Amino acid sequence: MSLTEPRSMLDLLNGFVTQLREAGLPVSLTENLDAMEAVQHIPLEDREAFKYALGATLVKNQAHWRSFETVFEVYFSLRGPEYALTEATGDSDLDELWREMQDQSQAGDGSGGAGSLDALTPEEIAHLLMQALMNGDQALMRALAKQSVQRFAGMEPGRPVGGTYYLYRTLRNLDLDGMLEKMMQAMAERGESASGLEQRLEREEYEHRIGEFKAEVEAEIRRRLVADRGAEAMAKTLRKPLPEDVEFMHASREEMQSLRKALQPLTRKLAARLARKRRHGRRGPLDFRNTVRHSLSYGGVPAEPKFKYPRPAKPELMVVADISGSVAAFARFTLMLVYAISNQFSKVRSFVFIDGIDEVTDYFKSTEDIAEAIHRVNTEADVVWVDGHSDYGHAFEVFWDRHGREIGPKTTVLLLGDARNNYHASQSWVVKEIRAKARHVYWLNPEPRSYWNTGDSIVGEYGAHTDGIFECRNLRQLESFVEKLA
Amino acid sequence: MAAEPSPRFDSVQQVRDGLRDLDYLADDGIAGVAYLADRLGKPVLVEGPAGTGKTQLAKSIAELTGARLVRLQCYEGLDESKALFEWNYKKQLLRIQADRSSDSWAEVHDDIFSDEFLLTRPLLEAITADDPVVLLIDEVDRVEVETEALLLEILSDYQVSIPELGTIEAKQIPLVFLTSNNTRELSEALKRRCLYLHVDYPSLDREREIVLAKVPGVTENLAEQIARIVRSIRSLDLKKAPSVSETLDWARTLMLLNIETIDEETAKETLHILLKYQTDIAKAAKELSVDE
Repeated sequence: MSLTEPRSMLDLLNGFVTQLREAGLPVSLTENLDAMEAVQHIPLEDREAFKYALGATLVKNQAHWRSFETVFEVYFSLRGPEYALTEATGDSDLDELWREMQDQSQAGDGSGGAGSLDALTPEEIAHLLMQALMNGDQALMRALAKQSVQRFAGMEPGRPVGGTYYLYRTLRNLDLDGMLEKMMQAMAERGESASGLEQRLEREEYEHRIGEFKAEVEAEIRRRLVADRGAEAMAKTLRKPLPEDVEFMHASREEMQSLRKALQPLTRKLAARLARKRRHGRRGPLDFRNTVRHSLSYGGVPAEPKFKYPRPAKPELMVVADISGSVAAFARFTLMLVYAISNQFSKVRSFVFIDGIDEVTDYFKSTEDIAEAIHRVNTEADVVWVDGHSDYGHAFEVFWDRHGREIGPKTTVLLLGDARNNYHASQSWVVKEIRAKARHVYWLNPEPRSYWNTGDSIVGEYGAHTDGIFECRNLRQLESFVEKLA
Repeated sequence: MAAEPSPRFDSVQQVRDGLRDLDYLADDGIAGVAYLADRLGKPVLVEGPAGTGKTQLAKSIAELTGARLVRLQCYEGLDESKALFEWNYKKQLLRIQADRSSDSWAEVHDDIFSDEFLLTRPLLEAITADDPVVLLIDEVDRVEVETEALLLEILSDYQVSIPELGTIEAKQIPLVFLTSNNTRELSEALKRRCLYLHVDYPSLDREREIVLAKVPGVTENLAEQIARIVRSIRSLDLKKAPSVSETLDWARTLMLLNIETIDEETAKETLHILLKYQTDIAKAAKELSVDE
């Protein structure tokens, strides 16, 4: 890669922008040109500065930064023989040179111990890692990340497995959770009398370092994968989805957190947009009195019709959500979103069920802290009837018995769930009855459309009695649905 | 457009060191974007949580370059007469009344729409200034989407069009910083014209450095402890996480109380300086004490 030549630089950047666009980031032409100009002012050897220059010109939304970073790392990844999975057989002179350079630079930054690490037993590695983590020794941590990947991940060239699999294998062998406990113990044994507060802080520091170590392992795996299969092929598999495109059902804990962060500004924006729609959207009915009064200035001819200020009715909302393990995350986000913009609805009531059903409206009313409300829903709501496996039929039946008469012509009923009923009776007549009384009934399903009505999913049977079933797998889909609703 | 200006900074490192001398500790991203803003002659949109030093960045850059800071505080209902320019109606009226007889209408008309009767507001002032200026457009997310359009001309071309006078071009290209607390999505048009910089809560090390630099007399040990506790509190799910300025307030309070190491009691008693909601304080107090 000769970065100095302007022509190749142009191609390189264009390729990068294409990758970004494919990852879903909006990059305009002017931004592309800005990036071109920006990199001319940056010394190219400085990788960090190069990255920030591209970031400042191409990424205009903080939520997209992580996606950008991943694409950047894959696209401008270091390529070299030390990342090869097996010992390369046909080394060319160039490769030899590469290796020499690498060795030199490694010796320079003090992680040259990698060679001696090869001889250690797994126990010794674990012990070394613990030492490194406790002392915050960055160089050793990096070397150990490299070593563990080489040893435990079991990577084979050309094997079509994603990075997560290798990450899982590596981390399983290291048992980092157990290591945290051991580190806490070691600190206690060292005889430093630590108060509760200090212990907590120390634990958080260790957790932070373990997090860093994991990231290092992940990066190492990514580098090796790229070296094996090439940057272009890997860009697709390693790409991280934008927060609004992350699927609720398969989100990792980390992704969940970024989802939660993305939800807040989203609700604010959504509420503002809905309020504006209400204010400006439609014209009200003719205001007869006002029209006649204005007609006087035209000699009694009603030349200028006047309309009433529009006051569209706000819908009443009843949310009935499945919170069994498989779809809990989805239900939680929907409830959070609905309550965050609840001033756009005249009344919101919510019910949660697994095989029993319980009303949880008060949990949200009594506190401003949505997270706490969700916590109470998960711990206090009485949703288990027999065995704690989803039973839509029974839950709907009880709902109809207790609350059926409260459904009126202004009510919109939202049913959330994957309709995986464990082969219980469906009781779909309830949905039919609800629809007869309510203004609308919608079903939101967090599963991909192709899974519907397979196995024990009977979403079609319920769906036949609703005004529509919507696939709702990510924030983007959820947002567009709520906008349609209000 | 104005002549190509000589660059204010030679390297990213220079920006960084310069800011450090002014007690503003920039990380790689901040210094890099400030450097690029100067080289590319583009405005910088600085986004991030409240109290992370976005406004301070503009102030420090102004100080560093020896420029005057021109500040436009945005609010809902801001219009062009407050942001760009306004005609001085009273003076115009006086001018018309002063010698009613002598001048023809055409002369008076030309006369009252001239520089003399123009009141410059921050944006116009920034581009017509002879001395070096740094323009700070603060909390740009507070204006309505429609008002944002006011800014577009000045941000992309550094000029202001006044219907009666024509287009006024900048004598020099000022450094422009826009800050936003991200309460709403800014328009694509605005974002496209700017470099983007996200300033987040600082890392543990940087926060400790900031405390050391900004609070005189604080010990290395206490600063470390403060930074750690603040990080711990920020990781909780709070309504409003403590900002850097609140960290500094807290550090100063601890100094006044002559506290050298923080234990649970002092932490709990002084939490109200870090956190501003009762529910947050209760939550943090609970988290800090009951650990096991």
